[in-house]
Amino acid sequence: MDKRYEVARKRQDMLGKVIVFSSAVLLIVLVISLFYFVASKGLSTFIVNKIPLKEFLFSAEWRPDREVPQVGALPFIVGSVLVSIFAILISAPLGVSSAIFMVEISKKMGQKILQPAIEIFVGIPSVVYGWLGLSVLVPFISKHFGGLGFSLLAGILVLAIMTLPTITSVSADTIRSLPVEIREASYALGATRWQTIRHVLIPAAKPGILTAIILGLARAFGEALAVQMVIGNRPVIPKSFLEPMSTITSIITMEMGNTVMGTAWNNALWSLALLLLIISFFFIILIRLVGRRGMYR
Amino acid sequence: MKAKLYDKIATIYFYVVAGFLVAFLISLIGYILYQGRTRLNLSFLTSPPKFMEAGGGIGPQLFNSIELLVITLIISVPIGLGAGIYMAEYARPGLFTEVIRLSVETLSSMPSIVVGLFGLLVFVTMTGWGYSLMAGALALTVLNLPVMTRVSEDAIKSVPSSLREASFALGATKWQTITKVVVPAAMPGILTGIILTAGRIFGEAAALLYTAGMSSPALNFSNLNPSSPTSPLNLFRPAETLAVYIWKVNSEGLAPDARQIADGASAVLLLAVLTFNLFARWLGGVLYRRMTGER
Repeated sequence: MDKRYEVARKRQDMLGKVIVFSSAVLLIVLVISLFYFVASKGLSTFIVNKIPLKEFLFSAEWRPDREVPQVGALPFIVGSVLVSIFAILISAPLGVSSAIFMVEISKKMGQKILQPAIEIFVGIPSVVYGWLGLSVLVPFISKHFGGLGFSLLAGILVLAIMTLPTITSVSADTIRSLPVEIREASYALGATRWQTIRHVLIPAAKPGILTAIILGLARAFGEALAVQMVIGNRPVIPKSFLEPMSTITSIITMEMGNTVMGTAWNNALWSLALLLLIISFFFIILIRLVGRRGMYR
Repeated sequence: MKAKLYDKIATIYFYVVAGFLVAFLISLIGYILYQGRTRLNLSFLTSPPKFMEAGGGIGPQLFNSIELLVITLIISVPIGLGAGIYMAEYARPGLFTEVIRLSVETLSSMPSIVVGLFGLLVFVTMTGWGYSLMAGALALTVLNLPVMTRVSEDAIKSVPSSLREASFALGATKWQTITKVVVPAAMPGILTGIILTAGRIFGEAAALLYTAGMSSPALNFSNLNPSSPTSPLNLFRPAETLAVYIWKVNSEGLAPDARQIADGASAVLLLAVLTFNLFARWLGGVLYRRMTGER
């Protein structure tokens, strides 16, 4: 073979490797700069405005427009936690059940009907969920349960629908990947399908199902617009399911546009963004820890 | 016989859950399309929105959504594909690979509002572009990169290694093998993935509120001067998208028919996403049959 061609080929091989390598490195750079830039703004609340971390995390007084701004973020933190956890309490059982249906009960209907349906659930944009919540759910709650309808309950229901497909598809993947032998062994012992599901498959798929639930929780925590549209956005800790409230994401969405960069108010919103970032990173670490416990033992 | 009875009950329960979810989805879609039906016409899709009076359309917003989608894909597909190739073909188990993987996971679970704020700081303020199409496209790229990386990595990994070995045996270099054999073979999976992520980009709003902005200058389609604010070719004009518009209309909509506009826009957005989904399924099927020769 021509020597020059050979050299060109080698050089191209090297160049290709460098290009794909830099694409991968770019991902790391992106994550680091995300943390760096959000932290550089988010920490000013504590460094520049000298607001104690304790006040930010545990005070419920959100009066950032005062002369001496008070930026207690407790109502938003509690709001996010409440709305996400109750949403998951609804969507986790439904999600896991539909995953079991898809994999164990009716593979054909699962593949032809339920799987595409779940994919469409994922695809519906969050503003459309928010809009549906606003135009259907909020008036419904107001009419049948009282209050304005803009409430914790509305937020929970909207998020339950939005987290369901995540939980279903991750759980289904896990259950599908369980070795067929453990099913066969269970049936060979005379177990019914339900007994196999309950005593063999669910325990074996537990790490995967936990991962699915944490992913759902992370999605609920980070969702902004759909929640913001239905919860009423009052910066208070709700005392009942029917009261309006706020979350970390909703307050950022509402107020970021009306505040001037550099003010204590604006910095406090960045601190909330930093908090969100830390929480979502924490969820990732949690998933890694859960996953490491092995598929089944 | 108690076990048999429980088994029956459980089976019925699973059918009820599955049936409920499917019925629920159908009623959701039916409701949105029914509510928006009066607006699904050409004049709504093409005319500009009106301020304080009824009868406005979604023309510029729809156009912005499509333009933003195209630009985002142009930026994020090559980089995501590159990173996917690296992870599937070059990465060796070790700390560095773990860090990349952790980065991909962190990015893909990043709340989109946080990505929007990052975009506000870096692509809007620091670059001095202001709210612009380009800032929006870069924010969406941050959201799309991890998904694209995963999709291409999975697709490339599922290419049988016999193909690679055959190519090496013919004397091809690694890079030649990747570009001429592996990536073409992985194309069905990659394309399907791109179309599915396109649906997600199309519906994204939270990351765009403070990057592409919440306003759209009137567009003049005969103006092809890229520096003019009314030109569709200007990448540095504020570009409110359809999804952002739905959000804005019902939080501060001043037009008397704000509700109908949001209904119509939701129906359009939903139809677009459904189209992406069906198209991905169809294309996936066709390409799979062509690659495997199955009928």
